[in-house]
Amino acid sequence: MATTTTVQPIITRPASDRSIWRRDMEGKECTGAEIFVESLVREGVDLMFGYPGGVVLKIFDELYARRNQISVITPRHEQAGVHAADGWAKATGRVGTVIVTSGPGATNTITGIATAQMDSVPLVVFTGQVSRELIGSDAFQETDAIGITRPIVKHSYLIESPADVAKIVRQAYYIAGTGRPGVVVVDIPKNVTTEKAVFEWPETVSIRGYKPTVEGHPKSIQRLADAIAQAERPYLYVGGGVVLANASEELMELVNKTHIPVTTTLMALGAFPGTHPLFVGMPGMHGSKLANIAFQECDLIVSIGARFDDRVTGKLSAFAPKAKIAHVDVDPSSIKKNVKVDYPVVGDAKWVLQELNKIIKPRQPNEWNRTIAEMKKTHWFKYKPSTSVIRPQYVVEKIYEMTKGEAIISSEVGQMQMWAAQYYKFDRPRRWLTSGGLGTMGYGFPAAIGAQLAFPEALVIDIAGDGSIQMNIQELTTVVQHNLPVKVAILNNGFLGMVRQWQELFYQRHYSSTCLGNIPNFAKIAEAYGAKGLTARTHEEVVPVLEEGLAYPGPAFMDFLTNPEENVFPMVPAGKALDEMQDEEWA
Amino acid sequence: MNRRHIISVLVENHFGVLARISSLIAGRGFNIDSLSVGETEDPTISRMTIVTRGDERIIEQITKQLNRLIDVIKVTDMTESPHVERELLLVKVATPTAQVRSEVVQVVDVFRAKVVDISATTITVEVTGDQDKIDAFVEMLGPFGIKEMARTGAVAMGRERTGRANRVTSETRAA
Repeated sequence: MATTTTVQPIITRPASDRSIWRRDMEGKECTGAEIFVESLVREGVDLMFGYPGGVVLKIFDELYARRNQISVITPRHEQAGVHAADGWAKATGRVGTVIVTSGPGATNTITGIATAQMDSVPLVVFTGQVSRELIGSDAFQETDAIGITRPIVKHSYLIESPADVAKIVRQAYYIAGTGRPGVVVVDIPKNVTTEKAVFEWPETVSIRGYKPTVEGHPKSIQRLADAIAQAERPYLYVGGGVVLANASEELMELVNKTHIPVTTTLMALGAFPGTHPLFVGMPGMHGSKLANIAFQECDLIVSIGARFDDRVTGKLSAFAPKAKIAHVDVDPSSIKKNVKVDYPVVGDAKWVLQELNKIIKPRQPNEWNRTIAEMKKTHWFKYKPSTSVIRPQYVVEKIYEMTKGEAIISSEVGQMQMWAAQYYKFDRPRRWLTSGGLGTMGYGFPAAIGAQLAFPEALVIDIAGDGSIQMNIQELTTVVQHNLPVKVAILNNGFLGMVRQWQELFYQRHYSSTCLGNIPNFAKIAEAYGAKGLTARTHEEVVPVLEEGLAYPGPAFMDFLTNPEENVFPMVPAGKALDEMQDEEWA
Repeated sequence: MNRRHIISVLVENHFGVLARISSLIAGRGFNIDSLSVGETEDPTISRMTIVTRGDERIIEQITKQLNRLIDVIKVTDMTESPHVERELLLVKVATPTAQVRSEVVQVVDVFRAKVVDISATTITVEVTGDQDKIDAFVEMLGPFGIKEMARTGAVAMGRERTGRANRVTSETRAA
């Protein structure tokens, strides 16, 4: 008798486990759906996020048959499914997998795809499609998924025959996970899932138009080493590429040899320890004064896996006026895109750093190091403590202290994202999940779900705002269903805080559409879904709520009613130079 | 400094590649004068020839962004090395009288163009050449009254560097 399961088990097995391969399929006629799922198994997929629908029924039926080999987690909205896969991929370093149906299933993934692509997160998103003969006829739930996603993916495929399924799945994972990682969309017409073809597994992948440059050119690495040796005031500007390349150890070796001060971008927090004496904080619009002044004063920027984003550089013409620029990046198009580069190196961050460490001349701390160390005492993040209101920075500081910096932190987007980045010190990579490039509200909660699924024992906390949490709050069902002990700390100020801050500073306090008015009782919402709900109304209640919430064995919402008109400082206003930072008035 | 560049792109000859390239060009805000595409000696590969304008930084970005596409096999900026460039023009000119017709035919002869269709009141001509030649031809025909015109955009190919003998300069510089 067939048994039915409401919740699929969560599988853990090594990706390289070949014992579960269905060797009996090789050389035999199989349906496209069978080939598809077997190909996922062979790619090492053990967990995916999937929302079913009409044209992917055959695939979901095959996933049911293989449910002991692949866990399928069903989000309550496809966008959240993509963010969850994104969080999973960021936390694990592996390629995340999503499957959705055609039409609205596909269009609901768009924000998630653009978010992941902007942050170079490796994902493969499978979209169902109407049968081949119906394509172009405005059929029910038909949409041109390939066309809609074209500008926001690394690559995409429309599978035209079941005979191509294995090859395309293989290529999709290869492209998503190598070079500068990104999103690959694979559109699968329904007839491809039901029709049959002989299953052949391509052991190797070769794509003539895709050969990522991993090995940096020795001459360009030598020039970089020479430039560092000659610099008086070198400065390491580390981006998400160092996290993606798992190059933190190599970076530490370089710093140990050269004592160069380090800034890490929002995407790279944790790539270099936040508690290290040479760490100068995050740069840019809401970065530390120290990190920004260092850009303006240094004579050599060594950028590794960063992309000179406008939020980092401020006014480009006034950026780093005294510096030569070295730029290491696996993506040649990142180099010289925004700034003139004197020492370009195309290559994988890990590879280049390993080679650089072999030839770099040791450098002793000098006057520049002393200046930086001195400035670190005064040019760091600070806020005026208060006991009459809950200051959001205080909540983040307490979370840091109580978790000893060991938690996996995700964030939504806006003020709390910046406070989390400023006040939580990340000592290790892949502990910080945030939407940096696209800036997607509603990212943090599902991303935390992805990370929690990857690390069931870890403490995973989403630092949220009262605006952004409502963009994917329906995922409370998912965490309760799978008993994922995700914690959500809502820094609730009753506003869309970051936009309100700009309105306060630049639009005469015209709070146009940013005052959210009726704020729901988040604790009760959590309870209604079956999670724990807690509220802190005063400064004194912050620590007890955190203690209870963090210790709770299941999912919990902690709602902190914070100072409503709190601002994120310091701040480089848009279009200003990095040394034109504004600070909180008392500072 | 804004200069005209001819960029030759070898791409996979399959579904959706042209859309990918044009979407990239539009999405990144690059300006192009023309884009032509056709099969090569290898039926799995197409060659796209893109004529664009920009300073060094923009051209570098265009070539790098094109190279990023998985379906792009090779990108060559032809501008910097010796190359042959050709464009085909079809143009229909009003020839209300025999007098006008013979004047048009004189221009056609000078440009080594070819009459491909003729009616009582019009004459249709094809001509190939580089952009300057085509522009000059159009300018000469303008006063007669151009009724319709179709240009293919440039295609280009690098020259073999085996010596001056191979360079048929008299031919390429004609008219």
